[in-house]
Amino acid sequence: MLLHLRRAVVMSALFLVLLGLAYPLAGTGISLAIFHHQAEGSVVRVDGRVVGSSLISQSWSGPEWFQGRPDGTLLTNKPGQVVVSGTQQWGPRSKALVKFVEQQAARLRREGIIPTNDLVTNSGSLVDPDISPADAYAQVAAVARANHLATGKVRALVARHVVGRQFGFLGAPYVDVLQLNVALAGTGRHR
Amino acid sequence: MAYFWTIVALVVVLALCWRYLGSYMAGVFDGRVHFLRWAERPVYRLLSVDPEAEQPWTRYAGALVVFSGVAILLTYAIQRLQGSLPFNPQHLGAVTPALAWNTAVSFVSNTNWQNYAGETTMSYFTQMTALTVQQFVSAAVGILVAIALVRGFARRGSPTIGNFWVDLTRCVLYVLLPIAFVFGIVFVGEGAVQTLAGPLSIHDFLNGTTQVVARGPVGFMEAIKQLGTNGGGFFNANGAHPFEDPTGLTNFLSYALILSIPVALTYTFGKMVGNRRQGAAILATMALFFGTWLAFTSYAEHQPNPAVAAAHAVAQPQGNMVGKEVRFGPMPTTLYNVSSTQTSTGSVAGANDSLNPMGGFGMLTGMMLGEVSPGGTGSGLYTMLLFAIVTVFIGGLMVGRTPEYLGKKIQAREVKLASFGVLVMPLVVLVLTGIAVSLHAGRAGPGNAGPHAFTEILYAFTSQANNNGSAFAGLSGDTAFYNVLGGLAMLLGRFAVMIPCLALAGTLAAKKPVAESQGTFRTDTPLFVGLLAGVVLIVGGLTFFPAVSLGPIAEQLSKGFF
Repeated sequence: MLLHLRRAVVMSALFLVLLGLAYPLAGTGISLAIFHHQAEGSVVRVDGRVVGSSLISQSWSGPEWFQGRPDGTLLTNKPGQVVVSGTQQWGPRSKALVKFVEQQAARLRREGIIPTNDLVTNSGSLVDPDISPADAYAQVAAVARANHLATGKVRALVARHVVGRQFGFLGAPYVDVLQLNVALAGTGRHR
Repeated sequence: MAYFWTIVALVVVLALCWRYLGSYMAGVFDGRVHFLRWAERPVYRLLSVDPEAEQPWTRYAGALVVFSGVAILLTYAIQRLQGSLPFNPQHLGAVTPALAWNTAVSFVSNTNWQNYAGETTMSYFTQMTALTVQQFVSAAVGILVAIALVRGFARRGSPTIGNFWVDLTRCVLYVLLPIAFVFGIVFVGEGAVQTLAGPLSIHDFLNGTTQVVARGPVGFMEAIKQLGTNGGGFFNANGAHPFEDPTGLTNFLSYALILSIPVALTYTFGKMVGNRRQGAAILATMALFFGTWLAFTSYAEHQPNPAVAAAHAVAQPQGNMVGKEVRFGPMPTTLYNVSSTQTSTGSVAGANDSLNPMGGFGMLTGMMLGEVSPGGTGSGLYTMLLFAIVTVFIGGLMVGRTPEYLGKKIQAREVKLASFGVLVMPLVVLVLTGIAVSLHAGRAGPGNAGPHAFTEILYAFTSQANNNGSAFAGLSGDTAFYNVLGGLAMLLGRFAVMIPCLALAGTLAAKKPVAESQGTFRTDTPLFVGLLAGVVLIVGGLTFFPAVSLGPIAEQLSKGFF
């Protein structure tokens, strides 16, 4: 028993150093060396200024921007605090979810957008950075109008930002909202 | 169509894992692979272990229990002391005692149930040295018990079943660490973060928003979280978070890694007992359940979400998108979540709570089968072997012969141990769920109303007793009641099954094999696969049907909203 205990303590200490320090720290070193951009959080810059991470959604309010999924209203952190992901979970027969979808759909219609599935439902992470191509195309007319741009030009912008399935079959096609809006800002209509 | 090719690719990858990883693991545990001997030797010297000396099952089990006890204490202590430890850029304070207890048991028992939000609870030091370490070690311990049981069948008249310290060292060094390291790099390359720099404060001058984005040493934790069927994520949203699971490829690698070792171990089993068809029969039974559940749940999630449909605002062409991520879509999310609930993983690529009623039914009942399809690293194989012993016993009763399995006579002691191991989990789940719904402290947990509330409680105990760790996350589990009771469920679900398994390994190893005769019931035929599947289904179905009908089945049949 005592021998077991001594061995258990030594083994735990060895594993703490090997698996708890050497493994993640060596991993961090290698990651920062060869995948620096990804390891630091896929930061997007405009004119050298950080505007966000291409993997974390932001709230885009105002008709002049493409908007993402309605996750932002569900986040529980206060401004300036760390975002806690995935805090809202509704069951499939939840009254609150019915009401949420109705509200989101009404808001979109007021903004001149025909609601689509992703644009009225929350994601799993609550920081889903993407929308489907259909969600983006549904917003083209409204965004073009608000920015006094030709619809065709905005549509072409969306088409350039559609990312297909990986290797043609993994995952689903998507549009990264932050990168689309950065490109939209680059058309010169924004401050 | 893309989903079809995803499944084809997965089957191809798993077939390769089955053949080559399975054979490699047999080599590791038979001692034929030893290219890392230079790294093993100093470990044995420090432990003062003679690598040639083997242990009887009692000492093997003793070492396992003491080692796991030390691991629980250490994991608890690190959480309680994290405020004074390094790598804590957010200056997080000590984790509360009840939560630290629950989390310590959770990670040591390979459950990875999380009653906390990682972003604002655990320091980087805790994530690395407490949680990530246990993700390796608990996976290894599970594999060890399976290997010990396999040795029980493979050996003839042997008083010992192996050496716990040697097996543990070899499992980590030869199997888990190298694979996890390689895929850690891939995860980061795809976009998982891996940094110690603390949260990222962003001010976007385009839209005027300010946000503080949590980061950390995530990518390498992801690799072992999936490979070791652990499932505990860095972030609250687990695999739905883009910093954990950024792309379609990482999503694919996640379920491929989750399934790789449990599937490959059936080959290891066949090879070690000297008859690969025996391993193939076990795998076929596992695949039968996995395929059925995957098809059923995929169909369920392809249907519209009832609450979204009731709002009459949008069409739902791809199916239920509530709680799911656009970059995956409903089908790959379902494949991920089915893989993780049918093993003891419990990581999620989308919220289980928001699945359609029959989708949630699929997740819940997948665990209720006892996590044998293919189950967790090691735990899937040893639980299935317990079921196999019960099956040959029932088969023996039918034809009136003393049952045998792999040449070993199955007698009263073996049947008792196997039945005990099989029945622990349902007993724990039903008794604790009963307690929770009877007490105010238990009923205060669910965040939803109606049958879904009951499902949330039932799911919590099913998940913890099976060492799964996935959640119907509407439950507020960070209360003294759920932390303490959940910890108990995880301990019993883990060690009250492992110890009978090791006892079985001991008695089986000591037996001399009997010669195969005309009357021997073959255990490598489709008939046996059918019988075994029937036993698993009957045990799970009879014990859980009443409970399940109050939860997801009632929810599916109801027309109202709650």
